[in-house]
Formats: sequence, C-alpha cells, structure tokens
Amino acid sequence: MSEAARPVVTARHDDAGIAARIEGSAIGDTIYRWMTTGFALCIPVLLLFIALEVGAAAWPAIKAFGFGFLTSSDWDPPHAVFGAAPAIYGTIVSSIIALIIATPLALGVAIFLSEFAPAWLRQPMAFFVDLLAAIPSVVYGLWGIFVLQPLLREHVMPFLSGLPLIGQSGLFEGPAYGPSMLGAGLILAIMVLPYISAVSREVLMAVPRSQREAALALGATKWEMIADAVVPYARSGIIGGIILGLGRALGETMAVTMLIGNVHKISASLFAPGYTMASLIANEFAEATGDLHLSALMAVGGVLFIVTLIVNALARWLVWRVSREARA
Amino acid sequence: MTRSTLFSLAAAGLVSAIACAGGESKKTSDSAAGAAAPAPSSSGGVDLNGAGATFPYPVYSKWISDYLAKTGIKINYQQIGSGGGIRQLQEGTVDFGGSDAPMTDDEMSKAKGGPILHIPTVLGAVVLTYNVPEITQPLNLTGETIADIFLGKITKWNDSRLASLNPGVKLPARDVLVVHRSEGSGTTYIFSDYLTAVSPAWAAGPGKGKELKWPVGLGGRGSDGVSGQVKQTPGTIGYVELTYANQNRLPVAKVKNAAGQFVAPTIASITAAAAGAVEKLPPTTDYRVSIVNAPGAEAYPISSFTWLLVYQRQADAVKGKKLVDFIRWALTEGEAAAAALDYAPLPASLGGRLTERLNSIQIGTAS
Repeated sequence: MSEAARPVVTARHDDAGIAARIEGSAIGDTIYRWMTTGFALCIPVLLLFIALEVGAAAWPAIKAFGFGFLTSSDWDPPHAVFGAAPAIYGTIVSSIIALIIATPLALGVAIFLSEFAPAWLRQPMAFFVDLLAAIPSVVYGLWGIFVLQPLLREHVMPFLSGLPLIGQSGLFEGPAYGPSMLGAGLILAIMVLPYISAVSREVLMAVPRSQREAALALGATKWEMIADAVVPYARSGIIGGIILGLGRALGETMAVTMLIGNVHKISASLFAPGYTMASLIANEFAEATGDLHLSALMAVGGVLFIVTLIVNALARWLVWRVSREARA
Repeated sequence: MTRSTLFSLAAAGLVSAIACAGGESKKTSDSAAGAAAPAPSSSGGVDLNGAGATFPYPVYSKWISDYLAKTGIKINYQQIGSGGGIRQLQEGTVDFGGSDAPMTDDEMSKAKGGPILHIPTVLGAVVLTYNVPEITQPLNLTGETIADIFLGKITKWNDSRLASLNPGVKLPARDVLVVHRSEGSGTTYIFSDYLTAVSPAWAAGPGKGKELKWPVGLGGRGSDGVSGQVKQTPGTIGYVELTYANQNRLPVAKVKNAAGQFVAPTIASITAAAAGAVEKLPPTTDYRVSIVNAPGAEAYPISSFTWLLVYQRQADAVKGKKLVDFIRWALTEGEAAAAALDYAPLPASLGGRLTERLNSIQIGTAS
C-alpha cells in the first residue's frame, strides 16, 4: 500500500516545488524574454548592416552607371565600364531551368517514397536522395566538366536541336560546345533536387491517413487519391520546398561557374554560354583592384540580394494564396 | 567557428614547436655569422606575413620552408591573388605583397606606408595550348595571328594566315573556339599585355588587364577549367602558364619573337627574354617593366616577371631586417630551386642590380 502511495506524495511535493519556482522566477522570465528577443533581433539587424554595407560599397558604381547598370551588357574592367544585365539574366534563367527539371523529378521521388515504396526501400532511398545535398559543389562542377558536358555535347544537344518544332524554337540553336546555360541549369537541377524532395516527402508523409482513406472509400484509384486528395493537401508545403530549392539555385556559385562558360552575353539559345551574378563575384573579386570595379561587384552583390528578396516575397505570397484557396 | 578555433590551436602548437627548434638553429647560424647578432626572436608567432599572387606560390612556399630550415625564421605567404595582395600591402596588414602585374601609379599612391619597391623574383610565361587532332607538330603562331584568333577575326583553323605560318602542315577546316580564363588572373594580364604590345587592334579593343571584355570564346575557371575545356573539345585554343602546360603535357605553340624566330616556351627561352629586356633597362629603373616581346633571338615573347612588393621604409627594424635578409637569400640561393619547380630563374645579370636595390631599403625609423 505504502508503495503505491508514495508516488502521489512525491507528485504533490513536486507541484509545490514548481509553484514556488514559478513565483520566484518572474525576474528570470523577464530576463529570458529579453534575451530571446535580443537574439531574434540580431538577424534583422545583421541583415540591415549587410544591406547598408553593400549599399555603401556599391554607391560609386550606382552613381556612375545608374539604371544602366541593370540593362547594359558591357562588362569591361580595363576600361572601367560595367553592366550586369547578362549576369542577372543568367541567374534567373539558370534557376528557372533547374526548377523546371527538378520539381517534377523531386515530386516523383517524394510521391514514390511516401505512397508506393515498400518499407524496406523507403529509408535507404531517402538516404541516398538526401546524400545528394551533402556533395560539395566543386565536386558537382568537376563531374559536370568531365561527365555531363561531354554527354551534353555529343548526345543531348544534337538530339535537342534535331527535334521537330522544339529544335527550331531558337532555344536550342548554335554550336554545341558543352559549357552552356543548359549545362548550368542541369547541374543546378541535380543540386536542388534533394531539398525539394526531402521537404515534399516529409509533407506528404504528414498528410493524415483519414484523407487517403476517405478518397479510397469514395472509389478513387490510387492515382486519383494522390492527385486529388494527398498532393493538394500538402500543396503549400511542397511549394515551400520548391522555394528552398530556388534559393539554393540562385546563390549557387562554384558548380555553375565551372559549367556556364562565363560570357557576358544574353542569348536566347540555351546552348550558348552565359554568366550568373554569384559566379561573376566569385570570379573577379580576388583580382579586382580598380575602385569602380570593386564597387561594381558590390553592386552585383546588392542586386543578387534584391533579386533573392523579390523571389522570396513572391514565393511567400504564392504560398499564402494557395493555402487560402485550399481553406476556402 | 569550431574549425577555425581548432586550426588556430593547431597553428599555435606548430608555431611554438618551430620557435623552439628555430631558437637552436638561430644560435648556430648567429655564431657562424659572427657579427651583428640581432636579438633572437621570442615572439613565438610568425615573423613575417605576406600575401598575393597564386602563380609564384609553389616556389615561394619552397623558399619559405627552406629558409625556415636554415634560419628558423617563420614566414607566411597567403595565395589570395595579386589584387588582394596589393590591397593588404596598401593597408599595411602584411609585411610584403606578391603580384604578377606591377602596381599602377594610382595604386602606389594609395599605399599607407610610403613608396613601394618592386623586386622581381622569378619569371613566368604564358603558352598557347590547343586541341586540333590533325596537327601533330608544334604550331607556329605570331603575335598578330594570336590577337586575330582571340579577337574572333580568324575563325577557321585552315585560315590562310595560319597556313602561311605553318607550311607543310595540313590544317583542317575546323571552327576555332577560344577558351580564356573566367576569373581575374595574372596569366590573363601577361597574355593581354603581350597582345597589347604586338597588335594595335587588340590595344584599341580589349586592352590589358586581369579581367577583360573578351570579344569571343568561353571562360574556364582556373587553369584546370581552361585546359579541361581544351582537352575535351576539338578545335579549341586557350592559354595557360608554362608550369601548368608542362605538368599536364599539353601541346604548346611556338611563338614568333621580336627577332623573327619561332621559339618554344622553355625555362631557357624565358630567362633569355628577361636577359634581353634587362640589358635595355636604365640603371634607375623601378622594375615595373613589362618584358613581353623582348629582344633576343632566343627569347620567348610572352614572358613576365612576378614581383615581391615591399615598402622602402621599414619602420619595424627587426622585421625590416628579416625581410631584406630573406629576399636577398631568395634572389641568390633561392633562385637555384626555381627551375626544378618549372619557374625560370632571373638572368645572372640581374642579381647584382637587385642586391643594390635591396640596399636602398631603409630599416628602422632613424634613417
């Protein structure tokens, strides 16, 4: 009997202790609250400082070139003329290519893993997909140079330009050398795939069983269940994963630099080489001695900052709209 | 964070170990030298800090480790690029800089520690490498044809201008694809310096610099990026440092020099270029000189010095003396190690002149 009674007593004792602690810790709570507030504030303050610092360093270039900095394709360090249009264009286009290729693939992987894969395969498969995210980007770059590029040049590019209609669209024109917007987009697609697929997989797994069972009970096939009941439920989470991938694609530097060809030119053809903002900074910062050159590179950094901000804002708005529609 | 902490701990351990070892060898070298024994360094850290060009890094690090073994003086050289080296020297955050391109007057005027001396250390050359499977013997090129290729005016390998330079060689009707460096590089500077010297069209167009506005071609990242692209794609031509071409056994072109000879890039022909150029230098030169297209029948025309940059007034007497001693050692005994690492040593005629120049460095504030 006493054995059973004892826990009750101790529990009561504990309650009293907690109450005493709560009473005595009002000051502790306040300190704790201010501390966490301070930590949280660190991030926006840091961001503000980075923005200010970049802005100040970029000011000479902004003053010298104005809006033309965004529209000119002239990047001529010896003559101190700078225009970042090809790099801005390249950053956006290579990221779009990456998302177009990676999103369906990653979704397919996620759906397979959450809906179809046998339990014994699920963990190892997920592990291998996640492992893609752990490969350093310089390794992706080297692999791109020695494996992907020859493959593109000898097989993929001739095939694409030989296709009826698509081949004549202007997207796949010109000589196939290897280093190209297409190559950069492809390598980015592989690099962002694990992010999109990992997030999508988690979100799909979190869809309640009842959702699936309800669809099946209504006579849906497995395909209908996934397309109409599971994926829409997880929609905002999947979009979140795509945004994460996009963020990675916009900022990726090394692998892209090694594959994009680094040429300041805007070409409609995806076979043509291009440039991205991140590669431009990485390529030229170490050896930039002219003040205006340095300032122009800072301005490119600032533009990248703003582009990323805009893209993220757009994406958040999209998520918000989708989730509102889903609720309605 | 953790990694850098670990690293600095390891570095501190290493340095103190070296300082102990250094203390002993110092004694012996001092007693051997007999005179003018300075106070032994007990700082326990690095004695001298330098930063700059990546191109001479292998030979500088060899010198630094040899010098450490000999004297116990610990020198650190970070290969952050010529531009970064110049900026750090201007700010005075390093004791010496390294650069593949001489500083401009404007850059010199921004240095916080007063006048800067340029000390040539070794020589480098830029070579043209290509991938044309049909060509089996070294291709002959002139400055004008190289400029026309990189300007996009020569677009086929069987162009009549190339054919007339290479009689008896069957040139294919392939497209020429130019590959250049994408990132800022001393290699690009030397190459464009040469083209500016030999081609009015190049001088009026892209000009010279570590980064250029390239009229045609693809940008490869680093020497690896350029040579990788050249190796993989038939019809390409690119430029890399001689060291790199030798180590990777790339085909290289012979280039016509100022004396009208087609010369292959070798250590001897690069040193010959410097010898030819040095003869013409006035005694008062500051060595901010380009030696591209140098006179001399043996001279390879796309050659250049690489420089150590030091302040003429060394306010810290201890550091100043160590720095001058190191450079003096490098220019005498150190030069012998250069050729083994594929760097062309300075011509013998330059040695004496540079030693005199080192004497003009003022050590300590008193003088």
